[in-house]
Amino acid sequence: MYLRKTILATGVALSALATASFAHAEPTAEVLHWWTSGGEAKAVAALKEDFESKGGKWVDSPVAGGGGDAAMTVLRSRVLSGDAPAAVQLKGPAIQDWAEQGALADLNDVAAAEGWDDVIPAAIQDVMKYEGDYVAVPVNIHRVDWVWANPALLAKVGADAVPTTWDEFNALADKLQAAGITPVAHGGQPWQDATVFETVVLGLGGPEFFQKALVDLDDDALKSDTMKAVFDQMRKIRGYVDSDFPGRDWNLATAMVMNGDAAMQIMGDWAKGEFLAAGKVPGKDFICSPTPSENGYLFNVDSFAMFNVSGDDKVEGQKLLAELIVGEKFQETFNLLKGSIPARFGVSMDKFDDCAKKSEADLKAAQDAGGFLPSMAHGMALRGHLSGAIVDVVTAHFNSDMSSDEAVSRLVEAVELAKD
Amino acid sequence: MGASQSTESNLTASIQRHLSKIVVAPSFAASLFFVYGFILWTGYMAFSKSRMLPVWDWAGLRQYERLWQMERWHVAIENLLVFGGLFIVTCLIIGCFLAVLLDQRIRAEGALRTIFLYPMALSFIVTGTVWKWLLNPGLGLENMMHDLGWTSFTFDWLVNSDMAIYTVVIAAVWQASGFIMAMFLAALRGVDQDIIRAAYMDGASLPRIYFGIIIPSIRPVFLSAIVVLAHLAVKSFDLVIALTGGGPGYSSDLPATFMYTMAFQRNQLGVGAASAMMMLATVMAIIVPYLYSELRGGKKNG
Repeated sequence: MYLRKTILATGVALSALATASFAHAEPTAEVLHWWTSGGEAKAVAALKEDFESKGGKWVDSPVAGGGGDAAMTVLRSRVLSGDAPAAVQLKGPAIQDWAEQGALADLNDVAAAEGWDDVIPAAIQDVMKYEGDYVAVPVNIHRVDWVWANPALLAKVGADAVPTTWDEFNALADKLQAAGITPVAHGGQPWQDATVFETVVLGLGGPEFFQKALVDLDDDALKSDTMKAVFDQMRKIRGYVDSDFPGRDWNLATAMVMNGDAAMQIMGDWAKGEFLAAGKVPGKDFICSPTPSENGYLFNVDSFAMFNVSGDDKVEGQKLLAELIVGEKFQETFNLLKGSIPARFGVSMDKFDDCAKKSEADLKAAQDAGGFLPSMAHGMALRGHLSGAIVDVVTAHFNSDMSSDEAVSRLVEAVELAKD
Repeated sequence: MGASQSTESNLTASIQRHLSKIVVAPSFAASLFFVYGFILWTGYMAFSKSRMLPVWDWAGLRQYERLWQMERWHVAIENLLVFGGLFIVTCLIIGCFLAVLLDQRIRAEGALRTIFLYPMALSFIVTGTVWKWLLNPGLGLENMMHDLGWTSFTFDWLVNSDMAIYTVVIAAVWQASGFIMAMFLAALRGVDQDIIRAAYMDGASLPRIYFGIIIPSIRPVFLSAIVVLAHLAVKSFDLVIALTGGGPGYSSDLPATFMYTMAFQRNQLGVGAASAMMMLATVMAIIVPYLYSELRGGKKNG
């Protein structure tokens, strides 16, 4: 009898508990990301706090390693087994890839309620939407086409700013070299070679050419004389780099500029974090200046794609998360920590540093001039296999004595092969 | 009662009889599924249109065609030939030479053997990282020579597209030759001392004894060593990643790093699977003749 009573009591208690938790089902969101260190980890923690303060339950799924490769492998198996996380750190055309598989959730009602169409830059909206429906939310905008320079070294050859054309850039670099200063700090990793390459394409060809060559993969643009000139310029830059560059990590190249071992580095604005972490002041200890181009701006936008989930609590959690991510408060805190700028208009830039303010001002100018373009080297413009084919040619050219003519013909071939 | 007792003892007996098979069965089933099952699956993927996710649409030989049109795959294959060839030959020569030296009944043989064998205990990632530092012109050997005053000294293979693959050979040889030495040393110790003494009696010189008698008699060890080294060469991945990262550019790519890039970084599962099958074929081309000769030899002896 006693036993039976206990069982009964436990049963009642359990069902009461179940009802209670059902009634108060918290909005839940599992977030798969690879922001596990430094400022990035702090930035994610900020989002988590925000989400929890709104009554949500955050399930953290960090997968470190391989610049996201490991996380993508996890994502594949999770989706294939029908158990996708609510939000996944995904960017660029990879979002379209997953949307094509029918794996992404529709965020249109949140978007309409929050007025995303008015606050998110149009070019970024295109990346976040699949066939007109929002399936992902942008977190930040990194600008890729920056030059980070050491003003003390520039002053030694009588320069006080980074040039605004590539010809002047070469002239300055020649002067620096003659003075025994390494003009360009560079890390010889394929993505870094590609970063320099795309800024040269933007500068020498202009925004329209960039769009044709590296976004539309237009055959005529790829085999044009402009592209040859781009490879000629790459060869020149190769001459401005010290001999130990292969394999060097980008932050070590940044340290060279910081320590006065090299004058300039071409790198996205995550390099700013290195300077700031070392207590350097923009404008005084280092200069941030766009790479030579006419109102060009290459963006690299991190985002979270929202996957199909089942259960009211999870759908609620997902919507809450999407709303918070695009919200002004999160955009401000996150981007202050990450070193990028908000991926939406209407966020006060007061607390940001001068480089970020310049980035924001240039963004608006570039958008009006049609120069606000997705980065190829950072997986915003093209799907992985296409950008990979281009990066292969760029890095093979940069690291050998291949002629520009051969590089162009290889580029055309590689793109052709990757397309089908 | 009696009947049930006898069934029980029958059961015990049959369990005992099949115990070894029962114990082995799970791991056998697991390897059947996880090794051979996935080989078949990869084989199919190489014939499919898979890109980001595995799909079952038949693409025929298209992925293999694309693979062989890729400049980068050709670089990877050439590198495998250079790396594999040099790695195997150098390891055999150094390993054999060290084993012969150690075989001279010298003092402190145990300590020396451990020292030579020790690199094998390191992971390839460690070997790669250490050699990366040693060979980096700005940090390692070249810098040291410059500091010592020999300023014309250059050793920039690590950062030279044409030579980078040879640095992988250096690091791999450093790691594996001690192991090959141990194999040879064991074989040398197994050679019948009477034959050697007889040769001494006949006045044969020491080199003559080694080249004429001992080394030919340990020929099977050469074959085993080659098979071990060859499959190490084909599956080399972590060493390249740690040492050169496949660079400069992709000049020191090997098939394994190529496969990883295609399948896991570029959403090209089909091409990745095709390159994996090419690697499997390479290993089979080495292993199958070896197994065949081993099994046939076994029968002859048995």
